[in-house]
Amino acid sequence: MQLSREDLLKAYRDMRTIREFEDRVHDEFAKGGIPGFVHLYAGEEASGVGVCMNLDDRDKIASTHRGHGHCIAKGCDPKAMMKEIYGKRDGLCGGKGGSMHIADLSRGMMGANGIVGGGPPLVCGAALTAKTLKTGGVAVAFVGDGGSNQGTTLESYNLARVWNLPVVFVVEDNGYAETTASAWSVGGSQKKRAEAFGMPGTEVDGHDFFAVYDAARQAVEFARSGDGPSLLHVKLDRHYGHFEGDAMTYRAEGEVEKLRQDRDALKIFRTKVSEAKLLETGQLDEIDAEVKELIDQAVAESEAAPPPGEEDLLTDVYVSY
Amino acid sequence: MSNKSFRQAINEALAQEMRRDPAVIVMGEDNAGGLGAPGEDDAWGGVLGVTKGLMPEFGRERVLDTPISESAFIGAAVGAAATGLRPVAELMFVDFMGVCFDQIFNQAGKFKYMFGGKAVTPLVVRTMFGAGFRAASQHSQCLYPIFTHIPGLKVVIPSSPYEAKGLMIQAIRDDDPVIFLEHKVMYDDEEEVPDEPYTIPFGEANLTREGGDVTIVAFGRMVQFSNQVADKLEKEGISCTVVDPRTTSPLDTDTILECVADTGRLVVVDEANPRCNMATDISALVAQEAFGALKAPIKMVTPPHTPVPFSPQLEDLYIPTPEKIEAAVRAVAGA
Amino acid sequence: MTKIHPVVMPKWGLAMAEGTVVEWHIVEGSEVGAGDDLLDIETTKITNVVESSHAGLLRRQVAAEGATLPVGALLAVMAEAEVPDAEIDAFIADFNANFEVAAAEAEATAPEPQIIDAGGVAINLLRMGKADGPPIVLIHGFGGDLNNWMFNQPMLAERHSVYALDLPGHGRSSKDVGAGDLTMLSTTLLAALDTLGIEAAHLAGHSLGGAISMQAALDNPARAASLTLVASAGLGPDIDMDYIEGFVRAGRRKEMKQVLQALFADPGLVSRDMVEELLKYKRLDGVDRALTAISGAVFAGGRQTGVLGHRLHELGIPMQVIWGAEDQIIPAAHAREVPATVKAHVLQGAGHMVHMEKAGEVNALIEDLIAR
Repeated sequence: MQLSREDLLKAYRDMRTIREFEDRVHDEFAKGGIPGFVHLYAGEEASGVGVCMNLDDRDKIASTHRGHGHCIAKGCDPKAMMKEIYGKRDGLCGGKGGSMHIADLSRGMMGANGIVGGGPPLVCGAALTAKTLKTGGVAVAFVGDGGSNQGTTLESYNLARVWNLPVVFVVEDNGYAETTASAWSVGGSQKKRAEAFGMPGTEVDGHDFFAVYDAARQAVEFARSGDGPSLLHVKLDRHYGHFEGDAMTYRAEGEVEKLRQDRDALKIFRTKVSEAKLLETGQLDEIDAEVKELIDQAVAESEAAPPPGEEDLLTDVYVSY
Repeated sequence: MSNKSFRQAINEALAQEMRRDPAVIVMGEDNAGGLGAPGEDDAWGGVLGVTKGLMPEFGRERVLDTPISESAFIGAAVGAAATGLRPVAELMFVDFMGVCFDQIFNQAGKFKYMFGGKAVTPLVVRTMFGAGFRAASQHSQCLYPIFTHIPGLKVVIPSSPYEAKGLMIQAIRDDDPVIFLEHKVMYDDEEEVPDEPYTIPFGEANLTREGGDVTIVAFGRMVQFSNQVADKLEKEGISCTVVDPRTTSPLDTDTILECVADTGRLVVVDEANPRCNMATDISALVAQEAFGALKAPIKMVTPPHTPVPFSPQLEDLYIPTPEKIEAAVRAVAGA
Repeated sequence: MTKIHPVVMPKWGLAMAEGTVVEWHIVEGSEVGAGDDLLDIETTKITNVVESSHAGLLRRQVAAEGATLPVGALLAVMAEAEVPDAEIDAFIADFNANFEVAAAEAEATAPEPQIIDAGGVAINLLRMGKADGPPIVLIHGFGGDLNNWMFNQPMLAERHSVYALDLPGHGRSSKDVGAGDLTMLSTTLLAALDTLGIEAAHLAGHSLGGAISMQAALDNPARAASLTLVASAGLGPDIDMDYIEGFVRAGRRKEMKQVLQALFADPGLVSRDMVEELLKYKRLDGVDRALTAISGAVFAGGRQTGVLGHRLHELGIPMQVIWGAEDQIIPAAHAREVPATVKAHVLQGAGHMVHMEKAGEVNALIEDLIAR
């Protein structure tokens, strides 16, 4: 294990921040404070954080409609994110993007994406930039099991292979494309799909931060060293519905309660680091309290923040027009 | 200064910008050609030879041939533009937008707005359009109204070799995503084109003819037809102003309205299908802003609301002709 | 001297292919003096008067008002009264029968501009006419090019060798102007003369070109055979900076048209083609930088920096200044800022582009000065 104590604390803090952020958005959305469509990442934290812990400032990611977790994992400011989700002027995107288009290019986060399968071609482009300008950067496409069936994704596998791009495709398979089970909607296997395009594919337990971290480290090194693209098939679970307001009638009775009990990435992480005596429970509790305070502040500040004004409607369409 | 074809003018613009700025790359199907094949390298230089010679000068790293996979490579061009390159991606025929439009209108066109102004996407999509090649319904359309409809995109339609070079260099240097439409019938047209790099600003119409009786607004190849008509009618005492807006987005509405105010008569010539095209857009603009100046109803010269037919006899009936434009001008002039 | 003289469609500028007869000023059968206005011709670029190069009788108007004719086409016939009508008819028939061949020959032998190396600067120039003696060298002003002399160069070339050149940063010359000051520009002019093997030239400069000619002549008196300063810079401090800055800024047709109208007493002379041609020039890479550098050096702080008029007494050559009375760019009052030995001509009804608006008079003044 190559992770330092600081790395472990950071990993836990990021995962906890995502969880707290999403749980809180869930609550606030239910109270009517948040407009629009919101898709929550709670339950999938180990994937975003396990992958992004291997990335640095040179590297880019493209996300999905379920993008809050990837944002936080790539270093975006949770307070500015919360304001964005509330549609406020000081939000990360000035209140013009919202949950589905949350982005911070200065952090290498190329955006959540309202179009399923929208990200992989963009990531090929980011990787092309890295390759052409020789920055040493790597680009990561997060895509869901639903997005894995889009032509854009499959075309991107091929393009990344034939252009030999430094790309990692991370298929986050939470078992459902909206209401439809991936067991039904995905033909063949993700791993074999990757192999069919001439790139390595690895199946990963997405509840286990350490498993994701290790697999991602290999994939990122593979890309960075010029060997081209690879794919991680990360199996995980979402704690909430497809979007907020989804009654999840398609899920089995007790399914969510059971996975929260047995397969919660944060619980698994705590258990592992405690058993291995890598971190003390007290430290983790301290992080929990700090993160809770941060998110409390984020929500309070977001509620109080001014919305954009009429003068903001027409700006930011073009650089010049 | 020398005589150059429309094709050469665009090729020269690409080459000069690639020399000037290492961030400029080109990509597309067979942009060089022959990749991985046993025969000639740079076999095609694009399906109609526009990018010929770029690969030998700039190498495969900056002249990227792609699989036939428009979603992936147009999307890659968008992603590359958002992360520091200035890609010029060739969508061989504009009709192929159907398989990659998401990357253009939901991604490239919206990044800047959705991301609160923080994204810059200096992308050019070069694409061939227009009827007259007997290329039938899926290789002949004029789909620029669809791009024009999307906020965040700029849409350029050069009407001659001089215009093509200056507008292409402007498109490459522009920080917004630009759709650059090349009429496939015009590639061998020639005129004097400066050897040096130069830019033509977007959003400023060109008046290719000036006259006091009728304003003709036309795009792309239709500008040439309109010029022919204006020259013919001038001899009969009907003098026309021909407005080539150069870009449909931004659209130089001021110049169009000024010309209509001067002449009081308007003919709009648009090779795009008639529902929600540039002709209807400009007619609505003039009806709303300059109704009082009109001395006659506006005439629109467009193809019918049909796909582009294959049979040469049918295609010739489909395309607006100088004769149809002339009839419209005579009608609004009351002559 | 033959008895019959044709009057033909002139070629004003390299791009002119045809012109339209706007109006005849002389009725058939009238006596005409050399230099009298015959008719107005409109091109896509400009409308100007055709002057008679001979004295005589206007026997026949061949071109009707409104007719559009190619360069070289017969417009009128001049001949003495004793020439019979039948001979005139035969002349016209013969001219027209041979016109296509003659036009093709003229086209083939038409002067072409060439690029020369002037001390490391690529300079575009056009030579017309072949004659012994020092040639005339025409130097345009800020933002102009050799085509500014389109009403002067062909006429002067009937009796002289005449060069018109594009200054650095202008026309088709190199857009690298270095410091962009009078020293750089006049050094380049002298280097161009070196390359052309011209020891001494009759220098005629318009506006900034006047200051450059003066600087060159003062630095190397032997190189100037005479000096004609047309609406010249370098004689006083005043300059209309709204024009200079407006010209540098103008990137769009409307702005450019407005700016250019200040150059003429008759703003109607600014045509679509004139505007379009200047926009084409201004769109070239490097032009904006070149114009900004030159204007920053020679018009720093809104004043002319190189005032040389008081030094003209150092030159022992024929000199004159010519101004349009209605010049809005450099005041005609500057015509007085020269030593008494320099003859000053202020022409009514002309603005800053006096050599275009009053081409005949300016050409005659240049001929007169050279003849001295």
